[in-house]
Amino acid sequence: MTDLTVKLPGLKLKNPIMPASGCFGFGKEYAQLYDLSQLGAIMIKATTVETRLGNPTPRVAETASGMLNAIGLQNPGLEKVAGQELPWLEKYDVPIIANVAGTTTEDYVEVAKAISQAPNVHALEINISCPNVKLGGITFGTDPDVARELTRAVKEVSSVPVYIKLSPNVTDIVSIAKAVEEGGADGITMINTLLGMRMATKTGRPVIANITGGLSGPAIKPVALRMVYEVSQHTKLPIIGMGGVTNVDDVIDFLSAGASAVAVGTANFVNPFVCPEIIGQLPERLHELGFDSVEELVGRSHRL
Amino acid sequence: MIKQERMQVIKQQEIAKQIFELTVQGGLADEMSEPGQFVHIRVADSFEPLLRRPISVASIDLEASQFTMIYRAEGRGTGLLSEKKPGDTLDVLGPLGHGFPVEEAQKKAYLIGGGIGVPPLYELAKQLNARGIETVHILGFESKQAVFYEEKFRALGDTHIATVDGSHGTQGFVTHILNELPSDFDTYYSCGPTAMLEAVQWAYPQKKGFLSYEQRMGCGIGACFACVCRTTKSETDYIKVCSDGPVFPAGVVIS
Repeated sequence: MTDLTVKLPGLKLKNPIMPASGCFGFGKEYAQLYDLSQLGAIMIKATTVETRLGNPTPRVAETASGMLNAIGLQNPGLEKVAGQELPWLEKYDVPIIANVAGTTTEDYVEVAKAISQAPNVHALEINISCPNVKLGGITFGTDPDVARELTRAVKEVSSVPVYIKLSPNVTDIVSIAKAVEEGGADGITMINTLLGMRMATKTGRPVIANITGGLSGPAIKPVALRMVYEVSQHTKLPIIGMGGVTNVDDVIDFLSAGASAVAVGTANFVNPFVCPEIIGQLPERLHELGFDSVEELVGRSHRL
Repeated sequence: MIKQERMQVIKQQEIAKQIFELTVQGGLADEMSEPGQFVHIRVADSFEPLLRRPISVASIDLEASQFTMIYRAEGRGTGLLSEKKPGDTLDVLGPLGHGFPVEEAQKKAYLIGGGIGVPPLYELAKQLNARGIETVHILGFESKQAVFYEEKFRALGDTHIATVDGSHGTQGFVTHILNELPSDFDTYYSCGPTAMLEAVQWAYPQKKGFLSYEQRMGCGIGACFACVCRTTKSETDYIKVCSDGPVFPAGVVIS
């Protein structure tokens, strides 16, 4: 019997697979298609204090084996997420990881404090890496000192473990990871999207209304793997890895690189059943590779 | 219910310049009822291109478990789609979105379409006729070479064609035809470019109307927030074309 379970701070996962924040809304759309209780966890869409309309359209553009998005943290705001979206998810036997975003430290603290008290929120994912909003987001994720202090401030008020979502748009991701570890983070999620652009060739204009967008999809998997590999060697924090995961072998690769669990993002848009499909294939694939549990596989690249 | 299925390609042909008619078969077709819904198609098994392509449904054949789509092959994705042949399979997700409410029409309806917005009006015309509603079709195209389904629409009711270059029917836009027609209908349904939808709404502020919108999409099921529009219903929220629409009552979408 293959053991798919994963234990992480605040989280007892049935399996290591979860949809990534921003690619799954608050679960309602996918609940029409399959039972959400099959998932290891759900990372819900970023929540800010106030309602956010997000960026103008076009917000997405397809690129080679990937896509750019600049949604701009559209969300109904803390009150509605805590009052409607989270209670709706309570009927599923699945832990929720709430993604927290903001413009100021106070914003992050306010959302973290309130949302961490929801009964089904078992962990927070602090979004210091959204590349698509002018203020906040990525500005917190590119300076180690700022990232450390924000982590500290959020840790003080959160009633559940805190994971920090790292941006790949930095020179030295290890220094940011170490800083959030010093700040008291319980774990790391990585990576967010890579800043990119697409031009309309005929007009020379950027396709995305926001001009730049975050690149995701299979195109970014090598970058994500490299970063997980590096960070996992330099911190003790558990990592939830993500970036271009589309199939069961991608999951194996992330675990081998040092991730303890794996999030699936853009692939949900291409194949809405991708998460349950991967979960279904995981036991056999582990068995084929000679492993009895997911945990045996974590970080195996470092032990070879 | 939304299904994902590898459907069988039954038939594909070019019926006008760059316009393809594609018929597929499978259990997913049995889930279809409303005209104006769409399907989301993966045109390659690889990740090139990555995203699905939203394609509107032109007619449904429940007895044969088939439906027919009509689309313009203009980009990489629809170009690959146009190469599918009978015997090939196609990864289809659907039916998606909310279609045209056929029960809203009382006696006579105007169906106003432009270009690649024309196809969903065909299934709509069939269903309205089956309910005893008289349908009048006002259809606009670029040129004579781009015109399709004219005879099929004529078989269901009075049909007027406009072409931008005047090579077939009335020269100009559908609004030129609408100006000449009596307003003796109770409901209108429209699908086409946003500018056309706006013009149609302005022309009939007193009539009950339903408009099908287009927007660049990601997931097609409402999760990615790519295809949003402002709405008169809320200042603090958007509507999503894929899952709240693509059909909305007139006056709801701010374009």
